[in-house]
Amino acid sequence: MPRHTFVLNGKPVTVDAPDDMPLLWVLRDLLDVTGPKYGCGVGVCRACTSHLDGAEIQPCVVPVADCARREVTTIEGLADGDTLHPVQQAWLDCDVSQCGFCQPGQIMAAVALLKTTPEPTDADIDKIENVCRCGTYSRIREAIKKAATAGD
Amino acid sequence: MPELSRRQFVVYTLAASTLTVAAPLGCDAPAAEGATARRSDVVVTGTDDEMLVLEITRDNKVVVRLPRVEVGQGVTTAVAMMIAEELDARLTDVDIPLAEARTRGNQFTGGSNSVSSLYGPARNLAATARARLVTAAAQRWRLPARVLRTRDTMVVAPDGRTATFGSLTETAARVRRPRVSSKPKPASRHQVIGHPTTRIDARDIVTGRVRYTGDLSAAAAKPTVVARPPTLGGKVASVDDRAARALPGVLEVVRIPGGVAVVAESFHYAFEARDALKITWSPGPLAELSDAAIRSRLRAAVPALGRPPRGSAQLEERFEFAFVGHAPMEVLTAVADVRARRAEIWFSSQSPMGAREDIASAVGLPSSAVRVHVVRGGGSFGRRLNHDAAMEAALISKKARLPVKLMWSRADDIKHGRMRPAFQHRIRVSHAQGRVVAFAIATASVSEAWEGAAAQGGIAASAASSPLPSDSGLYNFGKLSGDSGSVELAMPLGAWRSVDSGTVRTAEEIVVDEIARTLGKDPVAFRRTTLRGKSVRAVLDKVATAGQWGRTMPAGQAQGVAVHEEYGSCVACLVEIDAADPKNPRVTKVVMAADVGTAVNPRGLEAQLMGTAVDGISTILRAGLHIDRGAVREGSYADFRWARQRHAPLHFEAHILPTGGEPGGAGELGVPAAAGAVANAYARATGTKPRRFPLNF
Repeated sequence: MPRHTFVLNGKPVTVDAPDDMPLLWVLRDLLDVTGPKYGCGVGVCRACTSHLDGAEIQPCVVPVADCARREVTTIEGLADGDTLHPVQQAWLDCDVSQCGFCQPGQIMAAVALLKTTPEPTDADIDKIENVCRCGTYSRIREAIKKAATAGD
Repeated sequence: MPELSRRQFVVYTLAASTLTVAAPLGCDAPAAEGATARRSDVVVTGTDDEMLVLEITRDNKVVVRLPRVEVGQGVTTAVAMMIAEELDARLTDVDIPLAEARTRGNQFTGGSNSVSSLYGPARNLAATARARLVTAAAQRWRLPARVLRTRDTMVVAPDGRTATFGSLTETAARVRRPRVSSKPKPASRHQVIGHPTTRIDARDIVTGRVRYTGDLSAAAAKPTVVARPPTLGGKVASVDDRAARALPGVLEVVRIPGGVAVVAESFHYAFEARDALKITWSPGPLAELSDAAIRSRLRAAVPALGRPPRGSAQLEERFEFAFVGHAPMEVLTAVADVRARRAEIWFSSQSPMGAREDIASAVGLPSSAVRVHVVRGGGSFGRRLNHDAAMEAALISKKARLPVKLMWSRADDIKHGRMRPAFQHRIRVSHAQGRVVAFAIATASVSEAWEGAAAQGGIAASAASSPLPSDSGLYNFGKLSGDSGSVELAMPLGAWRSVDSGTVRTAEEIVVDEIARTLGKDPVAFRRTTLRGKSVRAVLDKVATAGQWGRTMPAGQAQGVAVHEEYGSCVACLVEIDAADPKNPRVTKVVMAADVGTAVNPRGLEAQLMGTAVDGISTILRAGLHIDRGAVREGSYADFRWARQRHAPLHFEAHILPTGGEPGGAGELGVPAAAGAVANAYARATGTKPRRFPLNF
């Protein structure tokens, strides 16, 4: 069984897994990191959205072999101890969540957007593809704008 | 609905070492039955399944095990607020775990009735506990109870001494006669109820700490998926599992009624092995059936409308609504550990008592040997009324002799139901001298008919045989009449948020616009003069004012409006749409107003309305399911085109009318108003008369 080493939320981890095993199942089934959610398995719903070297990925379609020696960040790695990331804090302040299932992915997508686009327009926010079946989109938009302002 | 103040709530004290009080749930009966039971005077020895139980723990937590499920609607937050209000406890000290399946009582989450059914019992329970805690502190300090105050989960003496509830709980458990009132506060003194409050689980959600069924490590259950037939209700004719079994990580392969299950060390291995199964399928009972045929059968099933009043003119419209999946973000997931003499199941269930009975009989155990743990769900929209996945998981666990964590794939979820049934409505409005004199609606829907329905954990979608959900008594429309028919098909259907109202009332609101136009009236003005209820007129006025009804808009853009009344509540919705490209319309703005009596958590209510706005946008403009030769054509969110951020309104606002009184239901309330307003806005923007939904399908 191939062995893969990567950095997960700041700490090196090593797993034995086939090269083509999607990162999502490595995280969830082998490492019990359950923040990234399964919603479709084909990169469409984006409930699993996480970061690879700081850029957005969908772990359900990224083979673990692609992560070797790179940095994987999931929702669990976003806060600095008890201090929430500004995007998480904005999510709390706007009480974005309903069922909450898509929200780790939504937050990771928003963090990635703000990294490349610190002052996003409505059109920029519209490009986020993550599905929220509860329909929290308006509060997501509000929270992203709030986090963008907080970052000034 | 009776005035709350006239209800008689009996609260019992449980014989326990910590203060534990219980209130009967979901009935006003005790006052009548319990002539001997005076409030708070009865000590009972055990927890009764029909009760809501509150315990003050020694570590100063208030614990109420809730016989409802949290699926995002915010019921745990609303109940925590009721408890915190009457106890003067900090919200962070209130824990609302979900009760496991009981044997009796009301443990049903549905019909938007959780808040209204819990509002009385929960507040009386907490008020009783508070009285006992205050009395216990008075005894400890040798002070008159009436001089003591409560705040922040403690009792406070006039000299500033404090005692946490946790430190008083053992003494309070022995208090027989509270020395202060056990009655809930008047609404005028509410400091929590009615105040916008962030969800109690919000922080756990944004940090990824919330655990849904798939995140549990319960029973060390093994990842499991099922290979399902290409058609609805198809069956396994033969299976060759040799290649699948030879793959790494595969633990077991078993046949079940719905297909072939693979149990593996990881979902990755389970999916790989599933795809390596060589299965011959026999087609399901609908293999020759497609949408066109279903539509014509529905058309034939719509009953005749009867005679219109003499001397009136008629307007008649027909509507078609496609099947719609529930598609909660969290796919159906269940952990099952079935042994020879007992079984334990974990899953998100709106009706866990029925689930326990069905699972017990499916695996051949008495229901007393089956425990069902209710887990919070990642959305539901009615889907978790049924327990298909839990039944499957139990059968697989029994057959494989392993604890299993069954997960439906997204394709399983979209292709194998359940779905909101397809509907058709025929509505005829008769008018004379500028007034509506008769309103007739005939409707037909697909209803579920297959012998396996019960065995699949089905609560039948009973749209067709039940009385019409609405006779449009909402409006002063003269003589009202209605009738319904059905087409029975072997399809997995289910109640979908707002159930029949989601299409019936939507169609009616479209017709209201149409008749207003025929009579040369403005849609808002026409509704104002024809709506019967004051409350519904008030919410309409609110959206018309706040949403600047009638403002000038560029070509291709328009406003639309609709109202709805149900669950003891009412709502209005005003939508602005940009349909300059009719194939790619964008709802740009949504203004909603609701009157739900007392809104326990206005922020939560706003969230529910926001969700129903997206339901309206999705079901009217974008998302439905096609049936192609006995199979659902769609298979993911790529083709089941639920709204994403770019389809959601750029501006959303909700106005909660502060009317007070008994709380009504709210979770499903907004769907017909939002759907109706989106359709009406689209019609006005494009000058078309959309009658088949979703529009871009």
